[in-house]
Amino acid sequence: MRARISRRSFLHGSALTTAAATSAAAAIAGAAAAAVSGRPVTEQGREAVRLGPEAVRISLTINGSARPVSVEPRTTLAEALRDALGLTGTKIACDRGACSACTVWLDGQPICSCMVLAIEIGARHVTTIEGLASAAGLHPVQTAFIEHDALQCGFCTPGMLMSCAALLERMPAPDAQDVERAISGHLCRCGCYPHVVAATLEAAAVRRKRS
Amino acid sequence: MNVMQPFAWVGAATISQAAAAASGTVAEAMVKHTGAAGPEAVGILKAGGIDLLDLMKENLLAPARLVNLKAIPGLEDIVSEADGGLRIGSMVTLARLGEHPEVRSRYPALADAARGAASPQIRNVATLGGNLLQRPRCWYFRAQEYRCLRKGGEHCFAISGENQYHAIFANRPCAIVHASTAATALVALGAAAELADAHGAVQRLPLEEFFVSSQRDPQRENVLQAGQIMTAIRLPPLPAGTRMAHLKQGERDSFDWPLADVAVVLELADGLCRRAAVILGAAAPVPHRAKAAEQVLLGKAITEQIALQAGQAALEGATPLGKNSYKLPLFEAMVRRARARALARG
Repeated sequence: MRARISRRSFLHGSALTTAAATSAAAAIAGAAAAAVSGRPVTEQGREAVRLGPEAVRISLTINGSARPVSVEPRTTLAEALRDALGLTGTKIACDRGACSACTVWLDGQPICSCMVLAIEIGARHVTTIEGLASAAGLHPVQTAFIEHDALQCGFCTPGMLMSCAALLERMPAPDAQDVERAISGHLCRCGCYPHVVAATLEAAAVRRKRS
Repeated sequence: MNVMQPFAWVGAATISQAAAAASGTVAEAMVKHTGAAGPEAVGILKAGGIDLLDLMKENLLAPARLVNLKAIPGLEDIVSEADGGLRIGSMVTLARLGEHPEVRSRYPALADAARGAASPQIRNVATLGGNLLQRPRCWYFRAQEYRCLRKGGEHCFAISGENQYHAIFANRPCAIVHASTAATALVALGAAAELADAHGAVQRLPLEEFFVSSQRDPQRENVLQAGQIMTAIRLPPLPAGTRMAHLKQGERDSFDWPLADVAVVLELADGLCRRAAVILGAAAPVPHRAKAAEQVLLGKAITEQIALQAGQAALEGATPLGKNSYKLPLFEAMVRRARARALARG
């Protein structure tokens, strides 16, 4: 088992016990963010930025909030979310991009968080299942999943929801085939696909009525 | 679960920084260091990272450094060129490629190949360059336990083994199929690859010459050399009257590798075929040009009867293995259907 910052030590802020450590960490995180986001990296001059293999502190923007986190370069976004930040709604099943259980949004687009490194996210916005509902209540897709029994064991559900909600963002009036295409990367071993399609079509109708 | 070995992260801002920080190709590293933690010397270039992380998680590759290409300006551009062609940066994602209006209207075979690859989640991350440079999906190659010919061993386990997904053409001494469906479409379109090095030199190579047969070298799929970076793919301008299609057949409709894919590009004038490209994917270790099928089409009016003959001719030279002769009627039908689809598109 490789060493990594524990959730508890992170929550207690023990990695940031001195002001000096904080500012050094911020500098590294800033450089990493600049290097991976494509912005000019003036302070580094002509040299490529090298980080790790030890853990480095970066900042991720998750569900609208800046979340400082310590990751090794090999840490995937899915692992950073679950293990370092406690956002365990994102599920890891195959860990190879083949099942889409780990789907989150990167700047609004669904991606497999198991096949992306946390260190390469930079300034881009991550939305997880924890960020889908609002203060006003569940997202219409979540409500429709409950009403249509679109899950049994529920393990694929957070990823499914992220793909279906993303579809409605870019296509407010999809047909069944559009939904099928949107969830074509998802594996549901309980076989709830027809219910997922029905739920998503209803959620689309509900959203259109509201707007 | 995650068995990637530790590695350092290098954020390159320029092509020369990236080329200098990389030690060589994935193919070289896998022949030299299969299954073992790579020495400090191994640095690998990372684009979208889908295939790379897969290889690393399977412990087939353990570089000491990954060199990130995403911060290098210009590699995500899609630009119309003075000659009427299109230059597509190697870091353009498959999702963007498949939705790009000019690609869809002028090169629909490429747009279809991009839209049919992998899953929406993967297409949002995977790049065109990474797709073309991905390693084969052969299950012996992907299993650490098999030190196969392509990984520096002595033997291709597929030729007498479980070979239902393997090559039916040019399948000696190694029977992989090339994994990229975009490559099938791009070779049919006459695309060229741009390969840059650390000194700013850019080599332009027809994509068909970029890929390497297993007979020529069973340990690599292309001629990319250490220190080279694929920066773009250039599509030539196509004359009016050009028709095209790309078709993919998998075992299921959603998210799967092709059993077979076919790209057809036909240039028609006065009802006759002036140029024909018929390329078969998942058929050989490289995108396979069905020359006999092209000969059948050239100079003819493309009738149902001619398409039927072309489908049969496409199989010329096939040497199917124990479990993949089902691909013969599959390709025959798909060549016919691709021609029909291309003409229907108008």
